[in-house]
Amino acid sequence: MRFIFQESNPFHHGIAKTSINREPFAHMNKIVEVINLRKSFGDNIAVTDASFSVKEGICFGLLGPNGAGKTTTMEIIEDIIAPSSGEVLYRGRTRDASFREEIGIQFQHTSLLNFLSVEETLLSFHKLYQYPEDFDLLVQRCDLTPILKRRNNQLSGGQLQRLMLALALINRPNLIFLDEPSTGLDPQSRRNLWDIVRQIKDEGKTIMMTTHSMEEAEYLCDEVAIMDVGRIIAWDTPARLIQAHCQGNSILLPETAFKMKLEALPFDWKRRDQTIVLETGQINEGLDKLLNLDIDLTDMAIHSSNLEDVFLCLTGKGLRD
Amino acid sequence: MNFKRMWAMFTARNHEFFRDRAAFGWNFAFPFLIIVGFGLIFGGKEHQQLKVGLFAAGPVTTAESTVPLAFQQGRYLQFITFASQAEGEQKLQHHKIDLLLDTRSPTHRYWINDSSPQGYIAEQIFLASFLQDHQGLAEKQVVKGTQIRYIDWLFPGILGMNMMFSALWGVGYVVVRYRKNGALKRLKATPLTPLEYLSAQMLSRIFLIMFTIIVVWIGSDLIFHFQVHGSYAALALIFFLGGLSLCSMGLVLAARGTSEEFTSGILNFISWPMMFLSEVWFSLEGSPPWIQALAKLFPLTHLLTGARKIMNDGATLADVQGECLVLIAITLICLTIAARLFSWNE
Repeated sequence: MRFIFQESNPFHHGIAKTSINREPFAHMNKIVEVINLRKSFGDNIAVTDASFSVKEGICFGLLGPNGAGKTTTMEIIEDIIAPSSGEVLYRGRTRDASFREEIGIQFQHTSLLNFLSVEETLLSFHKLYQYPEDFDLLVQRCDLTPILKRRNNQLSGGQLQRLMLALALINRPNLIFLDEPSTGLDPQSRRNLWDIVRQIKDEGKTIMMTTHSMEEAEYLCDEVAIMDVGRIIAWDTPARLIQAHCQGNSILLPETAFKMKLEALPFDWKRRDQTIVLETGQINEGLDKLLNLDIDLTDMAIHSSNLEDVFLCLTGKGLRD
Repeated sequence: MNFKRMWAMFTARNHEFFRDRAAFGWNFAFPFLIIVGFGLIFGGKEHQQLKVGLFAAGPVTTAESTVPLAFQQGRYLQFITFASQAEGEQKLQHHKIDLLLDTRSPTHRYWINDSSPQGYIAEQIFLASFLQDHQGLAEKQVVKGTQIRYIDWLFPGILGMNMMFSALWGVGYVVVRYRKNGALKRLKATPLTPLEYLSAQMLSRIFLIMFTIIVVWIGSDLIFHFQVHGSYAALALIFFLGGLSLCSMGLVLAARGTSEEFTSGILNFISWPMMFLSEVWFSLEGSPPWIQALAKLFPLTHLLTGARKIMNDGATLADVQGECLVLIAITLICLTIAARLFSWNE
């Protein structure tokens, strides 16, 4: 059995936890607690019974297929939309006016005033906060110096994302929400964004992000919750999720490497086009077996299970809207 | 209320407006073109003239004409010559002229269109011109006064109309557009409050409106030399208060909703009756009392009444305090309603 319920933790009510029966980062303070959250738009239920918590100083990823309810959940936590029922606590208390001084948000879909320059936009937002970030530092961190005088409607996708990130960081927030921050970015811009996010995390800030990129989640997130059809279906560290749901590794070899009958192989195996995929728990053990069978390993490839395997395993491979 | 945050939004909106060249240019061009257009249409003629068509079989001098000299020299009459009776009759049928005369007819033949009120008046003037001496028929009294040209009366109306469109569309429509494209959602994530945001939008628009009025006024005054009998300061104040009330009305309309089409319909529904009932183009003097009562609901009515009293009648600020108080009340009521109804993203 892959899932058990952790009845001992009130915030885990209704969540399928992994078989690792230990709350991740239990020693850290909770900065956000989401309790039995529910949101419906007319007859459409977007989020139902979502409960989880986020520890201070970690990067928390909310993953899920399209329409899973990630953005709705994030926007409820951000206090942008109101829940139909349930509660969100920030540092153990209900959110008040000071909450907006302490958070930074990079929305998935938003817009800025077209005719303002990057510099003017930053300065406008700078004035909205009581304790803003040092302007030059912010510009430098988000690499905005070359485009400071450029108007918002003249920015490329990557430049606009950097500006949006700068706006999310402009008030030196303790809690930063990033909603699909790397969508539409080229590999260089994505790597740059990841570096910035890691720097922010190193400063002790808490990050909550949604993403479709499992690579991104695995690279950045200390902890992830996977959502599907409005529910949290798993929540743990990426490593533990992988260990719990996709144990084992695969060794890939071309069919021509085998000079023996495949049925005689001491592995579970399957054929994928001209490649034979051998399932093995431990890579060393698998390699030893292959060497003993005198199989040519020149064109060997090894695939370790990753978060994407977990994601597909939990949410299925069917297309979503 | 945090004034630093309000100022940030005020300056951002101003930058946005001044850099949008098309919107910026149109705000000046629209009222200026209307004023110049009306100036050209009415030219030096301050009053509407009656149009009298003339025809004859051949060339006719003034001395040969059978039309009484008193009528030929009559005031407020414009004479238009036609080549034939048929051509003149056609114009008369379509109310293009008010009266048609045969200038060679010994019996003084004339034609009128019996469905034309103007034609009736022209006929009475024509018939009265046969009476050589009006002495003893009625007692004439003459009132002396400074003449108010139609363009002087119309000018505040055109400025007010431009203010109305600028306030309702420049605030109402723009806020809905910002909500639709997510710009307001981005602001909701900050400590900015609805009252601060709405006040900034209103003050930004009133600043732009006042700036526009000054530029259009100076430009138009160079051509038409408007007469202002009251003080410019009082006039500026009434325009300022009028602008505030119109902007606050725009904010109420923009408090919710993300459909630009729906907002456009609502803005048209409000602005067109306001334009016609607030005496922009014509006076409501003599109209049914309920129409006049309805007109009083619109801030533009009070703005134009006050502005015309100051400009045309030389009224002081004390004389227009009623209009000022109504405009302030409308502003406060609308701003309160807008701040309460306002949603950043719904």
